[in-house]
Amino acid sequence: MVFFPHRHLLGIKGLTEQDITYLLDKADEAVQISRQREKKTSTLRGLTQINLFFEASTRTQSSFELAGKRLGADVMNMSVGNSSVKKGETLIDTAMTLNAMHPDVLVLRHSSAGAAALLAQKVACSVVNAGDGQHEHPTQALLDALTIRRAKGKLSRIIVAICGDVLHSRVARSNILLLNAMGARVRVVAPATLLPSGIAQMGAEVFHSMEEGLKDADVVMMLRLQRERMSGSFVPSVREYFHFYGLNAEKLKAAKEDALVMHPGPMNRGVEIASEVADGPQSVIEQQVEMGVAVRMAVMETLLLSQNQGPRT
Amino acid sequence: MTRSLVLNNARIIDPSRNLDEVGSIIIGDDGHILAAGAEARNQGAPDGAEVRDCNGLVAVPGLVDARVFVGEPGAEHRETIESASRAAAAGGVTSFIMMPDTDPVLDDIALVEFVKKTARDTAIVNVHPAAALTKGLHGDEMTEIGLLQQAGAVTFTNGRHALPDTLVLRRAMTYAREYGAVVALEPRETYIGNGVMNEGLFASWLGLSGVPKEAEIIPLERDLRIAGLTRAKYHAAKISVPESAEAIRTARGRGANVTCGISINHLCLNENDIGEYRTFFKLSPPLRTEDDRVAMVEALADGTIDIIVSSHDPQDVDTKRLPFADAADGAVGLETMLAAALRLHHSGHVSLMRLIDAMSTRPAQMFGLDAGTLEPGAKADITLIDLDEPWIVSKDALLSRSKNTPFEDARFSGRAIATYVGGKCVHSL
Repeated sequence: MVFFPHRHLLGIKGLTEQDITYLLDKADEAVQISRQREKKTSTLRGLTQINLFFEASTRTQSSFELAGKRLGADVMNMSVGNSSVKKGETLIDTAMTLNAMHPDVLVLRHSSAGAAALLAQKVACSVVNAGDGQHEHPTQALLDALTIRRAKGKLSRIIVAICGDVLHSRVARSNILLLNAMGARVRVVAPATLLPSGIAQMGAEVFHSMEEGLKDADVVMMLRLQRERMSGSFVPSVREYFHFYGLNAEKLKAAKEDALVMHPGPMNRGVEIASEVADGPQSVIEQQVEMGVAVRMAVMETLLLSQNQGPRT
Repeated sequence: MTRSLVLNNARIIDPSRNLDEVGSIIIGDDGHILAAGAEARNQGAPDGAEVRDCNGLVAVPGLVDARVFVGEPGAEHRETIESASRAAAAGGVTSFIMMPDTDPVLDDIALVEFVKKTARDTAIVNVHPAAALTKGLHGDEMTEIGLLQQAGAVTFTNGRHALPDTLVLRRAMTYAREYGAVVALEPRETYIGNGVMNEGLFASWLGLSGVPKEAEIIPLERDLRIAGLTRAKYHAAKISVPESAEAIRTARGRGANVTCGISINHLCLNENDIGEYRTFFKLSPPLRTEDDRVAMVEALADGTIDIIVSSHDPQDVDTKRLPFADAADGAVGLETMLAAALRLHHSGHVSLMRLIDAMSTRPAQMFGLDAGTLEPGAKADITLIDLDEPWIVSKDALLSRSKNTPFEDARFSGRAIATYVGGKCVHSL
């Protein structure tokens, strides 16, 4: 019996501590499935999952695809390259077309904030937000939380430092929401040009130096800095950015000895993170990828199996 | 030719004479007011006149909406001059100024004449074209201000477009001064203002790019300086933050001939109304904070803000049913401006006299329109209002061709019960 009071997963906002714990517990079980030789189950047999990706994405899309397949669902991928989106069809028209094919879940990645919420209003099935503009990326926050919980045994009363381009990061927003909901202390470390307005009221302590921001941290979460934002527009140069905000072994020393190093990928080695750290013993970047599949299995299963039972919101 | 008309027992509010009393309005068969006020009571009616008892209703000079976007020519599926005029009549608006943001742009006398002719043939209210200040609204070269004015353009504006070139602005305003023309601009800076909603915590959580107040204040200060320099009549068409009202006040103190307006949306709504990315609330300037809204209501009440406009901007599904950042700005408003403004009366924040002044008398004076007064001899453009009539805005009941109202399902108290243009009834409930 699955009880989950949401029909869609559009963001971490709106989820309670119980909801998050439920999903993480479920994902823990899914980790086991993925580690077996026989990875395919029939949990979602007969159900259809459509991955609608308006932005290029390798790991998220394949992670969702694998999650659906391991649960026994029929998975279809639609990406911008071979769809009519290029011919000027709007998001809603595309969605209505797909909706007419009776999918059970739509996984949407889109470059505009609010795209998933818009879609959810118009289609009859569940919608999972796989990243909408600079708004939210809930499954990334969940997989990060699962990775931390498995390593640290808890999420409450730990210090998580989120470093880098918070301004443009949906990952940061979802993580700030989730970690606060679970009782963690969140810090953000970034140059002022890469922080959103009102960040101090968003449930994060603000630091402008890696040394102070990382002090006693249990988790160091690095964010990707887009190439077009490196040269003069938000930071003066890659060299300057790496010097002050790039994570290397030296800067990592400020954090706790057993601090985890995380990155949502894809990494820019030598921009926000040095290889020595990315590949070092404290790095859990590969585990994050593994947890990604598990979390997405948990989300899909929970949404689809609770649909006819739990109350819809 | 219309029949004579007598409106009896109405509470007459005429800001042009600072008059608020129960009385009658007598309208001759030439469509002009013969008498209006307490002294017109019991004067009898002209032969064959229609007599209407207006007990419990308020009679005001027909509303004048100084900022209305229409889709004709070029986007008739959104709004035609005819459909906009019907929407206006339903909202108690008897005159509106039509913005030049059409396709083609109203930057040529032939187009101004086209609008005048189309309005004469199809519109049921008075439609006054505003002409483009610069050719194609590109902001590079001034238009034929003198000829356009002769053709009937009542003001010059760059419409939705910013005017970044200060030299072009200076010359256009200097030139416009010679013709006594009002230059109306929306102060908007497009670099720092390159966002989609009010900058702040709410925008940050939604992951939307913000428009700081400075994107309005900086170009407004610039415009006010140029207005002082050129001694032209300048009108800030839509301001949204109290710092802008303050700037206007200061400029007036320096002797500049400047006025400003605010859209009804910015007096009644705030950024939180956007909720979950509701694109009907995507406006330019963006909806601001509640503190800003409250301060703007005060600035309206004390007269710093001269006029209220609907900023009626019809948008269709193709431009609004999109992710928030991709959607067009704008909301329809002709039919809801009065009812929304009455909220400020009911809440006790702005007097009825000031509200009617800001929606009728003042804009008529500023743009030199034959409207905004119930004085004997004036054209009988009259709106009858029931201040308390409860109603709910239904998208389907809107007469505008576009339904992008931020007041969908809003509960209002008060609306226009009847609208008269030149003594002729053009809307009646």
